[in-house]
Amino acid sequence: MQIFKPASGHTHSTVQKSVVNKLNFYYGGYQALKNIDMMVYEKQVTALIGPSGCGKSTFLRCFNRMHDLYPRNHYEGEIILHPDNANILSPEVDPIEVRMRISMVFQKPNPFPKSIFENVAYGLRIRGVKRRSILEERVENALRNAALWEEVKDRLGDLAFNLSGGQQQRLCIARALATDPEILLFDEPTSALDPIATASIEELISDLRNKVTILIVTHNMQQAARVSDYTAYMYMGELIEFGATDTIFIKPKNKQTEDYITGRFG
Amino acid sequence: MLPMNHPDNLNEIRTIIAYHKRWDLLALVAGVTALMIAILTFIALFGSMVIDGMPRLTWEFFTSFPSRKPEAAGILSAWVGTTLIMLVTAAAAVPLGVAAGVYLEEYAPKNLITEIIEINVTNLAGVPSIIYGLLALGLFVYQLGLGQSILSAGLTLALLILPIVIVATREAIRSIPVSIREGAYALGATKWQTVSDHVLPYSAAGILTGVIIGLARAIGETAPIITIGALTFIAFLPPSPIQDQFPFVSFQWLMEPFTVMPIQMFNWISRPQEAFQHNAAAAGLVLVVMTLLMNGLAIYLRYRLRKNIKW
Repeated sequence: MQIFKPASGHTHSTVQKSVVNKLNFYYGGYQALKNIDMMVYEKQVTALIGPSGCGKSTFLRCFNRMHDLYPRNHYEGEIILHPDNANILSPEVDPIEVRMRISMVFQKPNPFPKSIFENVAYGLRIRGVKRRSILEERVENALRNAALWEEVKDRLGDLAFNLSGGQQQRLCIARALATDPEILLFDEPTSALDPIATASIEELISDLRNKVTILIVTHNMQQAARVSDYTAYMYMGELIEFGATDTIFIKPKNKQTEDYITGRFG
Repeated sequence: MLPMNHPDNLNEIRTIIAYHKRWDLLALVAGVTALMIAILTFIALFGSMVIDGMPRLTWEFFTSFPSRKPEAAGILSAWVGTTLIMLVTAAAAVPLGVAAGVYLEEYAPKNLITEIIEINVTNLAGVPSIIYGLLALGLFVYQLGLGQSILSAGLTLALLILPIVIVATREAIRSIPVSIREGAYALGATKWQTVSDHVLPYSAAGILTGVIIGLARAIGETAPIITIGALTFIAFLPPSPIQDQFPFVSFQWLMEPFTVMPIQMFNWISRPQEAFQHNAAAAGLVLVVMTLLMNGLAIYLRYRLRKNIKW
């Protein structure tokens, strides 16, 4: 059985975009992430896999300080973001600044009840972009990058809710791309979509890897194998194994990883 | 034990079903009876008011001041008073109530003090309205020197409906899914940007409904208005808010004495002459229709504003 299909025409980069050092994360008194060390390479897709409850979404949400929205959460350790070597988990770093640099696409498409145009333009608007021509240009670019432009170019004023589920998710990707993020986070972006929409999102992620650094959480191993360059396997809040996707899927070093990937567990 | 499909077993099952279905019927009858008592009472009240008051509902009734002669008396000062007071009430209760609701939902830390405040806000809705009247008499009329004015009355009713507006605001805000809020924050929005660009626009329908339901309650309030000193007989109008001379707007009306619809009604009901009773019924009819129109408006606006929002 061949579960790994090498990504075509894509070169592995080893330029570090982000380094995770001894990351611990707590929901109140409960430790959800334990001592995680990992790399995120520039313009590569890194997949986080593992059984549900293993902490992969929790880990992803550390990268844009989403946990700061709720009380009694706290981080230990660091996530260093290059090129400026800043620890984005540091209390001195404003979480809003982090979110402006690192965008996120959620599990369920969550467009705002506004027009298609306004959805994509929102990130630009809160950065103070007011000029209509600049907004239009960047919205078009983002929609093109999200492979949605051809479908919506004649109805940018329509409500985003009138789009199909897959289109809504691509709209959310366009919304996240409009502000040129340094890293794009995906939290199980296809789990609420049908197989055809899922395929189009996966294709899009493959296309985007040359433009932006991507970190994706998925519960679907085939998806991880199809779209990612690097894979991290997590279990019970720990990072069990991290490496190039072909290594992880073909000859994992760790017995636990192997059991999970071959479907004996999870 | 007999097999499940044995005829004796089936008969037993059917007996049990028939027995339980009798309770279904009983619950249905009890429910419909209770509903009918409520509906018939309203229809009887409304019907007798229509019969008594309808002949008095002429154009003159709306354009005449009260009078000692029942056939010449009208509700001009009462409906103008009610309308102006509702304006003041809305202008005061909406910003205060919405701001308080937004604060409690979005900004307040989840701790004991917030909880105590929340319980107090909910309890305020249950305080008898005459207590608000007494508070307002001391605070607005005497302490702040606003006198027995439209402003005092409007602020009193604003206090009265404040809990309704706060609770409606919070509920409307709470119905916005977490995913929408997180979507805004994830793009780098600040709390205020999230509130002003998303939370408030998406909860506008619910807030508006709460405001109108609050106003519909305030419009019928009598006790607090009497407490702060509404007049029962008033034969002049406050100066118009719009003037034909510069600066074209005037706030003189805020400080004028006033009467309102329910007080006008009460005044007529307490008269011995039969004809005044018809006036009271007609005024009551106008009041009920005003309330129903406001509720209708609330339903319509809710539908209109929610049409584009599905979650």
